Amino acid sequence: MGVEAAAAASLQEVINWARKNSIWPVTFGLACCALEMMVASSSTYDIARFGSEVFRPSPRQADLMIVAGTVTRKMAPMLKRIYEQMPEPKWVIAYGACACSGGIFQTYNVVQGVDQIIPVDVYVPGCPPRPEGLLKGIITLQEKIAAEPAGQRNLVSLPWGNNG
Amino acid sequence: MAKCMAGDLLKETFPEAVRDIEEFRRETSITVDADHVREVMTFLKENEKLCYDLLLDLAGVDFDNRSPRFMIAYLLHSTKFNNKLRIKTTVAEGASLDTVSDIWLAADWMEREVYDMLGIIFNNHPNLKRILLPEDFIGHPLRKDFPVKGRDFDQPLQVCLEEER
Repeated sequence: MGVEAAAAASLQEVINWARKNSIWPVTFGLACCALEMMVASSSTYDIARFGSEVFRPSPRQADLMIVAGTVTRKMAPMLKRIYEQMPEPKWVIAYGACACSGGIFQTYNVVQGVDQIIPVDVYVPGCPPRPEGLLKGIITLQEKIAAEPAGQRNLVSLPWGNNG
Repeated sequence: MAKCMAGDLLKETFPEAVRDIEEFRRETSITVDADHVREVMTFLKENEKLCYDLLLDLAGVDFDNRSPRFMIAYLLHSTKFNNKLRIKTTVAEGASLDTVSDIWLAADWMEREVYDMLGIIFNNHPNLKRILLPEDFIGHPLRKDFPVKGRDFDQPLQVCLEEER
């Protein structure tokens, strides 16, 4: 490995390290799974240990979307818009059976898995999953981010799309 | 709870409109001809002995094997006399019914819901469009012949935002 390649690799490691320890989620709860997500930020489970306690009310400041709950077809455009409003780099956790696959709602009005609309990084099944499930999902996501190779994501992202 | 006199009064005033009066466990249900719904409802609200000033619920039912196919049930309450009354009327498939949303404003959204779910048209409704389902939805899901999973259940969902069009 050349010096430049080694420098780029270690720079990427530093970037990944920074990214994975400050995954700020966007406040986005859809159904009962959202209550488990809220509990995960309580002192008992303390999501802050993983750097993810800052639930952002604006998607512009968020890195992670936890789709917690049933996605109805009427909600689907809003969900997609919020995802598009998040700046790169961004990740998605499908939290709960409904977000993963539609769950028990095999009906005309429920999206059968949020991965039909937006790309999902980690699936956390359960109905609803316990807060530990979310913590495990975040740890899995952190491992995934730590292993991201250089060049997979842009270092800087600009809102008008011309990423540097 | 005062005794419900609506049945007798309605029979006197609109002999041609009242089809049937049932009483079960002190609940009165009156079946009314669909063409006379508005007159009957106005009477029920404005008559001083009845004064049904509150529309609690308005619901549609699909009886797939009956003719006429649909039934609309109005659940009325009198805050003055503290009693309840159920008015039923039947609508055939493709037929329409007069709105009561100018008599009770509460009927506005309830009629929209019935339209949304069963596809029954209410004449003279101020804003008859879908209320629960997305506006581009095809079909009326509470009809018995509508598949529970929807028509395109096995197809991937396409979401196209306004700004992407």
